Amino acid sequence: MFDIIGKRFWFFLISGAIILIGIISLATLGLKPGIDFSSGSMMQVNFEQEVAEDELRQGLADLGYDNAIVQTTGAGDFLIRTVELTSEDKAQMKGSLAAKFGIMEERGFENVDPVIAKRTSQTAGIAVAIAAVGILLYVTWAFRRMPSPFRYGTCAIIALIHDALIALGVFSILGGILDWEINLMFITGILAVIGYSVNNTVVVFDRIRENLVKGISPDFEVVVNTSQVETLGRSINTSLTTLFVVLALLFFVGASIHNFAVVLLIGIIAGTFSSMCIAPSLLVVWERGEWGRFLQWLPLSAIKARSE
Amino acid sequence: MSRRNILALLMILALFAFSISALVFPLLGRQDMRMGLDLKGGLHLVYKADMSAVEPGEEAEALEGVISIIMNRINPLGVTEPVIERQGEDRIVVQLPELSITDVQKERIGRTVLLAFRELTTDATGEEKWIPATAIIDGQEKVLTSSYFRENTFVSIDAFEGILLLFEWDDEGSKLSEEITGRLINKPLGIFEGDEPLRGDDGAPIAPIVRDKIITGGQITGLSRNEAEELSMQLNAGRLPVPLEIIYDQTISPILGADFVDLSVKAGIIGIALVLLFMLLYYRIPGALASLVLIFYGALVLAIFKLIPVTLTLAGIGGFVLSIGMAVDANVLIFERMKEELRTGRTLGAAIEAGFNRAWTAIRDSNITTIIVCLILIAVGDNIVAGAQVKGFGLTLLIGVSVSMFTAIVVTRSLLRLFVGTRLASKSSQFSPYSGKENV
Repeated sequence: MFDIIGKRFWFFLISGAIILIGIISLATLGLKPGIDFSSGSMMQVNFEQEVAEDELRQGLADLGYDNAIVQTTGAGDFLIRTVELTSEDKAQMKGSLAAKFGIMEERGFENVDPVIAKRTSQTAGIAVAIAAVGILLYVTWAFRRMPSPFRYGTCAIIALIHDALIALGVFSILGGILDWEINLMFITGILAVIGYSVNNTVVVFDRIRENLVKGISPDFEVVVNTSQVETLGRSINTSLTTLFVVLALLFFVGASIHNFAVVLLIGIIAGTFSSMCIAPSLLVVWERGEWGRFLQWLPLSAIKARSE
Repeated sequence: MSRRNILALLMILALFAFSISALVFPLLGRQDMRMGLDLKGGLHLVYKADMSAVEPGEEAEALEGVISIIMNRINPLGVTEPVIERQGEDRIVVQLPELSITDVQKERIGRTVLLAFRELTTDATGEEKWIPATAIIDGQEKVLTSSYFRENTFVSIDAFEGILLLFEWDDEGSKLSEEITGRLINKPLGIFEGDEPLRGDDGAPIAPIVRDKIITGGQITGLSRNEAEELSMQLNAGRLPVPLEIIYDQTISPILGADFVDLSVKAGIIGIALVLLFMLLYYRIPGALASLVLIFYGALVLAIFKLIPVTLTLAGIGGFVLSIGMAVDANVLIFERMKEELRTGRTLGAAIEAGFNRAWTAIRDSNITTIIVCLILIAVGDNIVAGAQVKGFGLTLLIGVSVSMFTAIVVTRSLLRLFVGTRLASKSSQFSPYSGKENV
């Protein structure tokens, strides 16, 4: 049988490094809030003639919208994100753009006032908090017959925070490079990922519970590793089928929900890794109280990696 | 085949037939799937009423007044299912599906059309300027506007003068008009909407020369027919008791909506095809059964969406597509369990039963977390203005996950039981993926 859990320190190192990069990006670049959370306007337009993204951006800057974000969503289709527009501003902008770039059709428009944006941000924050508490309580309850249910709950929560942090970090980097913003669909995606991540973790923990009851080995690490290997096929297959449908959404529906599809994509990959490798490993480390050993191992592995 | 298995099969077939007919034919009065604004196009506006001038205790009445006036304004636009409702203390939500209107028309829904009459003066620098035409009535200086129109304006087509918008002054307007037009004889009288002159069909500002005192009522000529009819309708719809401000505006053209539907249907079909292919290649006979179950699942979920009805949004379809990927999870859990049971030397029938019994706790516990998150998303969607997408996703995923538990436990199991005892089942190698290779 494979020894997966034995490589646990490597998993921590890989995840730690990715999360660290994400946190650095979050601290320096931050996240770009979309109009849902920071108010503003988003207009989806279509030009009959060919228009280059840069020209359109320049055209908007000439009108005084220096900070406008322009994204191409198809042939002649653009998303223009600006500060909040009054109906006069909007009429003027449309007139000027049409004069400059030829016939322009407005396909979609969304304008969010600061009052609405503030309320949306608060609600989203509360929702994430309730979801975290709800899941902690549920996981603790689900493992209530285990020797230390709280431990399982905490490990599941660490796994989901791990997934959320990776998704946030990636979005911070995407925000810096591609001007991607955090909107309501992003938050929806994060919550879906949280649900999905715990879902996977619970399946692995469920097997650990069963194997502990069976008493397949006195060594906790062996029990965890066996359970993990037994559920490996299921974890990978379910993640694959879910990835198929998310990829179909990403490639065929495109820009309108790319935030959502990309969060799900990252979340599913991170979630599969965390529920297969991180959460069960954490249980073993906690059981054995070997945090000190991990810290000792860190410099060792660095030296080993260098000498190789 | 035992009687129990045949009964189960018949019930499954009946449910499948019901789902398909619910999707194909109108049932319970439902013709089509209910689509959200983002998929069929339309308007979603939220107004905030400025209640500062309203007497305490009369806020509700003022808002009711606003709603009935907005209804009057919207009715002639021919929207099939308009939603106009009060939200909280000072908000009004307006949803107009499948409507495509200009920005000017949109503005007019929430703003009282006010035509103001102006006269031309020459200021100190010698430049000509339009200033509001006023007169003093009962010791007060008053501006002549359409607020003195009776709510009975109408459009008439005259052989000589073309399109006419006819109006009548009320008592006070009549006095004002008499004063003002009296001193403006042979001079132009401009008509403005805000700071913009009202323009005729030819694009020129409308500013007729006053030939005589206008006392009872008058006419505006030169407008296009559409413009005249719309103005007349707006003028008659009444004045809003309180000013409104748009705090949320979402407008989607039906073209964009139709694009989304095509794209998401394509994504759904390709996603399902990939999942089916994977299940067939990897799990063979159980995979083929799971594929049948997945098709059953899709039909049942869509039928439920149609019958409840669930308002489908782009994110809602995303939730459904995601649920397909997750729906196979329960089957995968069961098959992996069966595979293990077969390896320990059980017969196929025993392996199936053990697989189901052992997989159940994992299926239940793992789906509950997704259900918790879905319930939170639905609550969030209900509590925020732009929440249709969030709610749509939560709802479709919730229904999807719940139905997938049912299909895995009831439908997959029944089909597998039916297989035990058939000739195919004797080749038990076909029931375990990669048999022979995978003896780790």
